[in-house]
Formats: sequence, structure tokens, C-alpha cells
Amino acid sequence: MLKEKEVVKFENVWAYYNSHPALQDINFAIYDRDFLGIIGPNGGGKTTLLKIILGLLKPRHGKVIVLGKEPREGRPQIGYVPQKSFFDKNFPINVWQVTLMGRYSHTGLFRRYSMEDKKLAEQSLERVGMMEYRDRQIGELSGGQQKRVFIARALSSNPKILLLDEPMESVDPKVQGEIYGLLKEFQKEMTIVLVSHDITAISIYVDKIACLNQTLVYHGPKEISVEVLEGTYQCPINLIAHGTIPHRVLKEHD
Amino acid sequence: MFDIFGYHFMQNAMLAALLASIACGIIGVYVVSKRIVFISGGIAHASFGGIGLGYFIGISPVLGATIFSIISAITMGVSTRRTRLPEDTVIGILWATGMALGAIFISLTPGYTTNLFSYLFGNILTVPDSELLLILILDVVILAVVVLLYKEFLAISFDEEYSTVIGMPTEKIYLILLCLIALTIVVMIRVVGIILVIALLTIPASLARQFTNDMKKMMVLSVIFSIIFTFTGLFLSYILDLASGATIIITSVIIFATVISTRKLLSSTRLPSQKM
Repeated sequence: MLKEKEVVKFENVWAYYNSHPALQDINFAIYDRDFLGIIGPNGGGKTTLLKIILGLLKPRHGKVIVLGKEPREGRPQIGYVPQKSFFDKNFPINVWQVTLMGRYSHTGLFRRYSMEDKKLAEQSLERVGMMEYRDRQIGELSGGQQKRVFIARALSSNPKILLLDEPMESVDPKVQGEIYGLLKEFQKEMTIVLVSHDITAISIYVDKIACLNQTLVYHGPKEISVEVLEGTYQCPINLIAHGTIPHRVLKEHD
Repeated sequence: MFDIFGYHFMQNAMLAALLASIACGIIGVYVVSKRIVFISGGIAHASFGGIGLGYFIGISPVLGATIFSIISAITMGVSTRRTRLPEDTVIGILWATGMALGAIFISLTPGYTTNLFSYLFGNILTVPDSELLLILILDVVILAVVVLLYKEFLAISFDEEYSTVIGMPTEKIYLILLCLIALTIVVMIRVVGIILVIALLTIPASLARQFTNDMKKMMVLSVIFSIIFTFTGLFLSYILDLASGATIIITSVIIFATVISTRKLLSSTRLPSQKM
């Protein structure tokens, strides 16, 4: 049988925040065309993990391989969708200019965006259904529309991995469904990794789940146990059941 | 009254106002959009150290200010990013340090320090030809860098975190932007002086933002507003015999306040709850 291609690999990775361990002995791999949800409480090391994948932070110990390279070198092939948009809502920039920014890693310093850059940015906007808003100022859009634009920006770099930080935060359930639909579509071409503290944001579309709270517990498809979740969150927790209709069962307290 | 255009000093003053408006109109858009008004004010005030140094060692105070404003821009940029102190604390400390150094240099300088007041509050009617040339050169440098780094400046102004992720050398680009602000301040010294410069870096750009969402159009409008403000202020100060720098600022503020409140008034009368 053909072995699945690893796109991200962590081997015995340790990272510290000040002197506190943020990640302890992380070992796992993300495979090509995975749709992986990493969940864990705030302060559980999610941001640190993301920064390591993006090569913005070096782990204290251990080895990280992204697309067969050092994370820094793998970065141009990662499309990143940041968590909250901390941008100034009043900033004078339109949807088109935001989307083009995603091409930077291929365009480089000083150079102007080429015809190809513009073509790819256009395609990305089409794919997320935001082309008709291209001239709108970004702050005028709704939260869900802004999210779509930031996904288009990440897509425009033709990524092999799409990395989303808390993609469903401050987005209503209907839009969440739409965004998951888009991501499922993109999964045919790339690996999707999303990170969230909110377990309800991990939907039926996600194939694999990893729980992160300093240590990481990796699950195969469609399975997650109460013990694991409680170990991660240190509190009683809702159970997620995967199926055609998502439903949650509240576990009784002892 | 149009004979005033015939005076050489008036021609120089208008040329200086025009050139200064180009620099501050464009750079002001970044100052306003990236919300770095306070750091810009800090750089401007800290450059007083260079004016003092110029007097003390006998070089041109404008040259001294150029060196000092660049040094203070880089120091502020680096220390606000790399220390754990809050950004406004760092700016406040460096702001006062530059001014204190300037005061010490001036007190060490023997004799009477002429024209000190004009560096603080501007005196556009006394721009020598040599300084016009310096302003022109700085304008060209500022314009060239903005053209070259337009997409980078836009990206870091909008979303610095994302810019870092996509591999942009954001800290270096930010420092270059601060250096352009420093050079703009030097250009503005004659026009409004280092204390009032922050008004011309913010008012034209902020007014331009009222009329457009596009950064390039904002720059064009901001330059035009800046020209209107400086020229109007210049003529008023000449006619009324008032300090030129201060008159330019007060003129800008009055026009700015009038436009903002008129627009506010117009939009509120358009509300559906009108009673006829």
C-alpha cells in the first residue's frame, strides 16, 4: 500500500513561553489532503504550535519538517488565515488590495504585482464568492464576508496547506456552515488545518482531530473520547458525535 | 496686493510650502492610517536635540535635525518593538530626551542663539535658496521610496502580523517608514517648525480620508489640502502680520473643523425623521 505523504511532521518538540513549557514533547504528523482540527483551551499552546509550523518560532528541542523543508522555507506554500482581524476597520484598503497581499511571498520586495498575481487573486475571490465586492472597503463588510476575503488572500498564494486560526470565531452558524463547505471543497487540492478553542466549531467536515493542551493527543478519523477531551480541558465537556447530522450529547456529571 | 508675489522671499516661501506639502501630504496618510501620530510627534520633538547640536558645533541646525530625527526614528522604532516597555512610555521618554539634549547644547553655545524660535514654530518667510534645494532632494527621496515600497507599506500598515507571516521583513520596512517620517519632519521645519509639524502630518490626511477609501487617492487629496492650508495660512500671516507657522496651523484647523461639522450636519439632516 502506498504510504500517505506527510506534509507536516513534529518530532519530540518542546517549546517554552518565558520559562513555562507551552508544548511538551509533541509528536505527530499531518498528511496530504487531511482536514485536521486541532482543539484545546486558550493558553494550551495553539498559537505556539501555529507559529512553529509557520517558522516564526523555533522550538527549544525537537525537529519540525514542513513540506519536506525547514518551516521557514516551507512558509511560502502555506496559506494562513489569521484569527481575529485586529485591523483598523477604517483602514483605507479594499477587498482587491487585501487579496493581492497574499501573493507577496511569490512577488517579493520592490516588485509590482504581475498579471499572474492578479489572475490568481481574481480566481481566489471567485472561489470564495467575493468577486463582486472587490472594490469595497474591507471594514464595510460583515464578519463572515471579511473571513471569506482573508481565506481568498490565503488561497491566492496557491498553498499546499491552508492554516486557519479560530476561523469560526464571531461568525454565525449559517456562515460557519458555508465556510466549512468551502474548506471541504478546497480539501480536494490541499491540506486543511484549523485550530480552535471552541469544540463546537469543529464540525462533521473535519476528518481528524487532535487535542492540544501542552501535550497533544492525536486521533484517527471519526473518534474522540470523553476522557481525552476532559484531559485536555480539565472539566466536564460536551461530547461530539460525528455523523451525517451533527449532534452533541452532554455527559452526566458524576 | 498681488505685488507680494514679486518678492524673492515670497517666491521661496511658496515653493517651500509646495514642496513641503508633497512630503507631508503623502507621509501623513501613513501616519494617520497606521495610527502612528504619537511616535511621529516624538520623532519631531526629539529632533530638537539636533538643532541644538547644530548651534553648538557650528553646522546648519537643519542638518543637525536631519541626523537627529533619523537617529530618534530608528531608536524609537527599535525600542518600542524590542523592549517590554509600553510603546507610549518609550516614545514619551525619547521625546523628552531629545528636547533636553537640545536645551543643553543651546545653553552650552556661547552668544545669542538667533532664529531658535523659527525652528520651533517655523518661519517660512526666511527660507534660503540652499534650503530649498535640500527640501527638493528630500522630497525626491521620500517619493522614490514610497513608489518603490508602496505595496509593502500598505501591507504593514494594514496588518503587520500577516505581513510577517508571509515573509515580509516587517521591522525593517517599519523602520524605513519611520525614517521617511523623520525626513518629512525636516522638510517641514521651515514651514511650521518641529512643535507644530504634527498638525500638518495629520489634518490634511485625515480630511482626505473623509472623501475616499483609496490610499492613493487619499495621498493626492492630502497633498492638495496641504497646499491649500499652507498657502492660505501664508497669505493670511503676511496680510495680518502674524507668525506664519502658527497661522498655517490655525487655518488648517478651522478649515478641517468646518468641513467635518458641515458634513456631519448634512448627513444628520438627511435622516428620515425630518419634520416639515
